[in-house]
Amino acid sequence: MNIVEVKNISKSYGKTTALDDLSFEVAGGELFGFIGPDGAGKTSLFRILTTLTKPDCGTANVLGMDVIEDYRSLRPLLGYMPGQFALYQDLSVRENMNFFASVFGTSLEENYDLVAPIYSQLEKFEDRLAGALSGGMKQKLALSCALIHKPELLVLDEPTTGVDAVSRQEFWEMLRRLNDEGITVIASTPYMDEAGQCDRVALIDEGNILQIDTPENIVRSFRKPILAVKATSMYRLIKELRGYPWTHSVQPFGEYVHYTEQREEPNIDELEAYLTDAGLSGISIKPTSPDIEDSFIALMKDNHTHG
Amino acid sequence: MDSTRPAIKTRNLTRKFGDFSAVDNISFEISKGEIFGFLGANGAGKTTAIRMLIGLLTPTSGEASVAGFDVFTEAEAIKNRIGYMSQKFSLYADLTVWENIRLYGGIYGLPMETVKAKADDLLKTLQLSDARDKRIGSLPLGWKQKLAFSVAVLHEPDIVFLDEPTGGVDPITRRQFWEQIYEVTEGGTTVFVTTHYMDEAEYCDRVSIMVDGVIEALDTPSGLKEEFKADNIEEVFIELARGADRSQN
Repeated sequence: MNIVEVKNISKSYGKTTALDDLSFEVAGGELFGFIGPDGAGKTSLFRILTTLTKPDCGTANVLGMDVIEDYRSLRPLLGYMPGQFALYQDLSVRENMNFFASVFGTSLEENYDLVAPIYSQLEKFEDRLAGALSGGMKQKLALSCALIHKPELLVLDEPTTGVDAVSRQEFWEMLRRLNDEGITVIASTPYMDEAGQCDRVALIDEGNILQIDTPENIVRSFRKPILAVKATSMYRLIKELRGYPWTHSVQPFGEYVHYTEQREEPNIDELEAYLTDAGLSGISIKPTSPDIEDSFIALMKDNHTHG
Repeated sequence: MDSTRPAIKTRNLTRKFGDFSAVDNISFEISKGEIFGFLGANGAGKTTAIRMLIGLLTPTSGEASVAGFDVFTEAEAIKNRIGYMSQKFSLYADLTVWENIRLYGGIYGLPMETVKAKADDLLKTLQLSDARDKRIGSLPLGWKQKLAFSVAVLHEPDIVFLDEPTGGVDPITRRQFWEQIYEVTEGGTTVFVTTHYMDEAEYCDRVSIMVDGVIEALDTPSGLKEEFKADNIEEVFIELARGADRSQN
């Protein structure tokens, strides 16, 4: 059963188009990710799904209810963690929990089992002001507060932005555990490497969904063979590769450059000879598999060409 | 600057706040033209270390020189020889592109003719000539970041410090940004980058990982992956930082 059904939604702010005719569905029980850079439209979309803003046109149905008509009955069923830390900095950890529980007519005790795996890590700081917590701990408190009324759908806007890699990893583990307990989760992130944490992802850019699929299928749909190329001077390597007659795309990827060709099959020996003649040293060329960023880049380029 | 002398050198650099050693005896050398990634969990001591290196905080003990100047006695000279850019704060949103360039050129004491010439050059390179009189706040994030980097190196510093430079930008813009970095290092500028995003670390020549005030690992990305038998720097980082005391509060 679909928990979210969005049809042809658009949203503009003045001349800026935030969402451009989006349609998608999220099934019950999914851990669904929206992945895209700042300004892609993630926050606008989440604010529509959580009844906080209205689309200019199109319909959005969440948990069988219309986000505009039925917003009052829908709100208590949603847990929303906005991108900005939205708890009360001058209330303590415990006071924030009590406040958000009472707003939804419940208490920490009543739903303790659900939040316990996360909240238990905060209990030794119960009296500390929320504003004085570290980034990772703030994030855990915000998640606990969004969960305290036992929502059916959890919507998290960039929950892992600005925290370190360990906290991010732990956060995704927490989301996966909640998801295992039957809560549908929709989360956004600008970090492509977090795609693998989701069951399905929508890649989003400039208000358009570029592709929706499992992370594995998105990567698999990248057809061109990729060569990972390395040389002592990255700067000169990129220049020379762009000047090679068969070049299709040249993108730095960490220690390597990902290179694709206009030809079906690139010729490694020819390429190596070309780079050696150009005076580069420390050359290494090997076939590699695409990752999610290769796919995203290719889809972005298509979107610009056709859009 | 002498090309054989390290761009940054620290020996047992330490900063205490009361009894607490925020930075505890760190030692490393960074060569001219190197891209150095400075990683650590929240609270590991990165910010304190950087504030010492850019002349904003006096160390408690140890030694450090930046661009050949001593952090204890020549902090003001250091400030003239470095550039700084962070994603959180870089350019003034309510000034135009040109006003920002003029402001930073002025702060670094460049003559007006030089500022004008450099502004023309960099706007042409970034294909932003039409945006010269637009307010920074009205530009897309990717443009802002590329511009912020160009402004941070306007005065041709020996070292540029980048604090989480590419968070949140699309993957194409991010790569254009790294190409800008490769270009300045080709000219001999040293780049010192901090980031929470481990795939950014893979772009660096060498990477250090700080845990609880101490540098726990320092090597090339491939060296670290080999040493920790990991597929990527993220795994290395998580292995080292998971046990950190300071992240748990």
